[in-house]
Amino acid sequence: MGQIQLKQVTKSFGDVQVIPPLDLIIQDGEFTVFVGPSGCGKSTLLRLIAGLEDITTGHIEIDGQDATDVVPAKRGLAMVFQSYALYPHMSVRKNIAFPLRMAKLNQVEITKRVERAASVLNLTDYLDRRPGQLSGGQRQRVAIGRAIVRDPAAFLFDEPLSNLDAALRVGMRLEISELHKRLETTMVYVTHDQVEAMTMADKIVVLQAGVIEQVGTPLELYHTPRNTFVAGFIGSPKMNLMTGGEAAKHNAHTIGVRPEHIDVVESGGQWQGTVGVAEHLGSDTFFHIHNTGLAETLTVRAIGDVNLKHGDTIHLAPRVDEIHRFDADGLRIA
Amino acid sequence: MATKASRSAARFMMAPAVVLLLGWMLVPLIMTLWFSFTKYLPLRGDSIDRGLDWVGFANYSRFLSSSSFWPSVQTTLVMVGGVLLITLVLGILLAILLDQPMWGQGVVRILVIAPFFVMPTVSALVWKNMLMDPVNGIFAHLWRFFGAEPVAWLQDASLSSIIMIVSWQWLPFATLILLTAIQSLDSEQLEAAEMDGAPVLKRFWFIVLPHLARAITIVVLIQTIFLLSIFAEIFVTTGGAFGTRTLTYLIFQRVIDSQNIGLGSAGGVYAIILANIVAIFLMRIVGKNLDA
Amino acid sequence: MSRTVTKQRKMITTAAAWTIGLIIFFPIYWTILTSFKTEAQAINDPPLFFAFDWTLENYALVQERSDYMKFLWNSVIIAGGSTILGILVAIPAAWSMAFVPSKRTKDVLLWMLSTKMLPAVGVLYPISLIFVQFDLLDTRGGLVVVLMLINLPIIVWMLYTYFKEIPGEILEAARMDGATLKEEILYVLTPMAIPGIASTILLNFILAWNEAFWTLNLTAANAAPLTAFIASYSSPEGLFFAKLSAASTMAITPILILGWFSQKQLVRGLTFGAVK
Repeated sequence: MGQIQLKQVTKSFGDVQVIPPLDLIIQDGEFTVFVGPSGCGKSTLLRLIAGLEDITTGHIEIDGQDATDVVPAKRGLAMVFQSYALYPHMSVRKNIAFPLRMAKLNQVEITKRVERAASVLNLTDYLDRRPGQLSGGQRQRVAIGRAIVRDPAAFLFDEPLSNLDAALRVGMRLEISELHKRLETTMVYVTHDQVEAMTMADKIVVLQAGVIEQVGTPLELYHTPRNTFVAGFIGSPKMNLMTGGEAAKHNAHTIGVRPEHIDVVESGGQWQGTVGVAEHLGSDTFFHIHNTGLAETLTVRAIGDVNLKHGDTIHLAPRVDEIHRFDADGLRIA
Repeated sequence: MATKASRSAARFMMAPAVVLLLGWMLVPLIMTLWFSFTKYLPLRGDSIDRGLDWVGFANYSRFLSSSSFWPSVQTTLVMVGGVLLITLVLGILLAILLDQPMWGQGVVRILVIAPFFVMPTVSALVWKNMLMDPVNGIFAHLWRFFGAEPVAWLQDASLSSIIMIVSWQWLPFATLILLTAIQSLDSEQLEAAEMDGAPVLKRFWFIVLPHLARAITIVVLIQTIFLLSIFAEIFVTTGGAFGTRTLTYLIFQRVIDSQNIGLGSAGGVYAIILANIVAIFLMRIVGKNLDA
Repeated sequence: MSRTVTKQRKMITTAAAWTIGLIIFFPIYWTILTSFKTEAQAINDPPLFFAFDWTLENYALVQERSDYMKFLWNSVIIAGGSTILGILVAIPAAWSMAFVPSKRTKDVLLWMLSTKMLPAVGVLYPISLIFVQFDLLDTRGGLVVVLMLINLPIIVWMLYTYFKEIPGEILEAARMDGATLKEEILYVLTPMAIPGIASTILLNFILAWNEAFWTLNLTAANAAPLTAFIASYSSPEGLFFAKLSAASTMAITPILILGWFSQKQLVRGLTFGAVK
């Protein structure tokens, strides 16, 4: 079990309200990702759920029970920190056993559970090492091990992959996803990286300045962003947003087209411009295009290797049915 | 990381230290204040049980008008200032020297720290007798060897001699703090300055010295705290004679030697005021530098 | 990137540093050396550096005059007791300041330090009266308490600076793992801060060992530590350099040895945790 519900939760630091009244339900077994730019309040929100910060007003319920005034230790949640927060003076075994020791379990049960967690996470060979002797990825797994041994109601992850290098990050992303499939426990995951959000989440909560901009599945957010902020934040490279004449043609204040929804054509095409930078990745080519008269820079993704260089003229054909329209307040026009 | 629970736990856990120090500060302070307004001469039969005569500010004006008051304040300030100046200047030079690559750095460091371990009574006695004795001290031998007349250090240059002894005790402390600070200086900063064409002295002045500001603050703060209450060094060398009577020592004489508690307490209040002036001044600087 | 240093330059700095080091150390060296001479050799002109008859008689004479072991034991109890007691009071306080800082934390810290600036002599008489009242004069217990109070601000400050280096997330992790406050401090914070705590203990032990105002003024025969042991040599008494040296050597040797064995922690402690 692990349903978490926030009811009219607010948080202020002194006179500054960082989270205006907010409602959210995280269903049991769901992988929920809080995503947003830095300073959007996503970590604060996670720490409110953990109980590491008091909420200013409102209620938090875990499995229907009011947990607003329950201390972190008693909420039945486990947390994986950005810095892993391993206990440097304890071996891996003792690190993983620590929550069980605090719960006053007997030694036999502790050993059994630690070994089970270690084998799930491929840590069996490292049980007697200190955290300082482990690589970043292994430390990350120890932190996860420490979280899973006690069968928490939910896991809280606070940007757990941001200290890993790019290659390792992809691997750990998969491991965490697989762990979720296997344990089917509620996970709340905070990240500023929309790729992590898109690849891992059942449900994404996009936050800006403490306000929830949109809640939905990754593909809902991709296909029907509720406003220009979500449109620009989800998807990589970023959606091209344009105002002015071109938007007016579509009866909108702003229109947006994703780079992958603009085709490069030999000639003709609705738009044209000059290639600024061409990034050749082999599988794709990204063009940053100037002088289109639409926006300062237009980003376009072409499949495969397209042979256009800096300064070349490029012809573009946007897919009309993939154009998103927004009104003057930045809200989506259906 | 602050919840209501952790904040109240914090207050609870601060309590013992705060209460103890508050008691340690207030109880004797209030008693001293009380005594300072009374005639309190235990040798003439005054005692708390029989009640003390209230004399108003008589003790204060007497202490202030005593011919030894201002000289003692001056002696205190000269002593503290002198030791600070010597330990800081020599400490910076020594720290820079010890930062250079050399053989046996560890041993040299042990040699340099050693004086800090020597208890003040011992170092004062050793300096007074073995080194500064005008007849048999090492300095006397040395002076005679070069054909000079030995100096009666603790009589003719008493204040400087004590400053010398105390500086010897505190130099290790200053050196170590400054050395640690120098070692933490990012060498790329110096290299950048070198690339910018700054010569050695300019690099020291514009890069090293500002980097040491915090360490220097710490040295000044800690040393001042300890130096203001210098006692043993004077007690065993000159006993306050030959112009080495600091305010601390003057009060000690009033209270212990002449058993005039009222007068001594008034002096104590003056000393507390002086210490507070220095403290406020210091805390201002330190408070600013502590977070930097 | 360290640059290659010419051998010549390294030799010059080595020579300079050793010379200065030896000059600074000389008074201690000279004291230890003199303690093994006879009184006549001790004042010989020119001073004797090697060629003399080593003797232990000074140590015997000093021991005869006052029982060294008793003073030593008092020093150990007073310095050790006050330090341990101080640490026990200071750890919770430092935890609060380092991990639950408020706007007043810095003020409290500076206030604590400022109590150290109150001139001891200003409150000597009240304290002795209180000591008489509670029968604490010339007891080790009384001195343990006084020296603990004197060093408490320094202990709190040092622990505070060491604790601040420990990431708060680790303590939060312990809290999430179900640790109570006591368990968090006992099993997580304290073991992680061991090096800092060791430095704090060492430095304050030395400060308490060498403290010479309260120990001289509040003790007589029973509880007198080594500071008093040596103070009895403060008035000149004919030929006494060798005896003085022997007594001095006996008073400082325990701390010198302790210092040499724990040099690393001490150097760290000597900076009061304030400079990195």
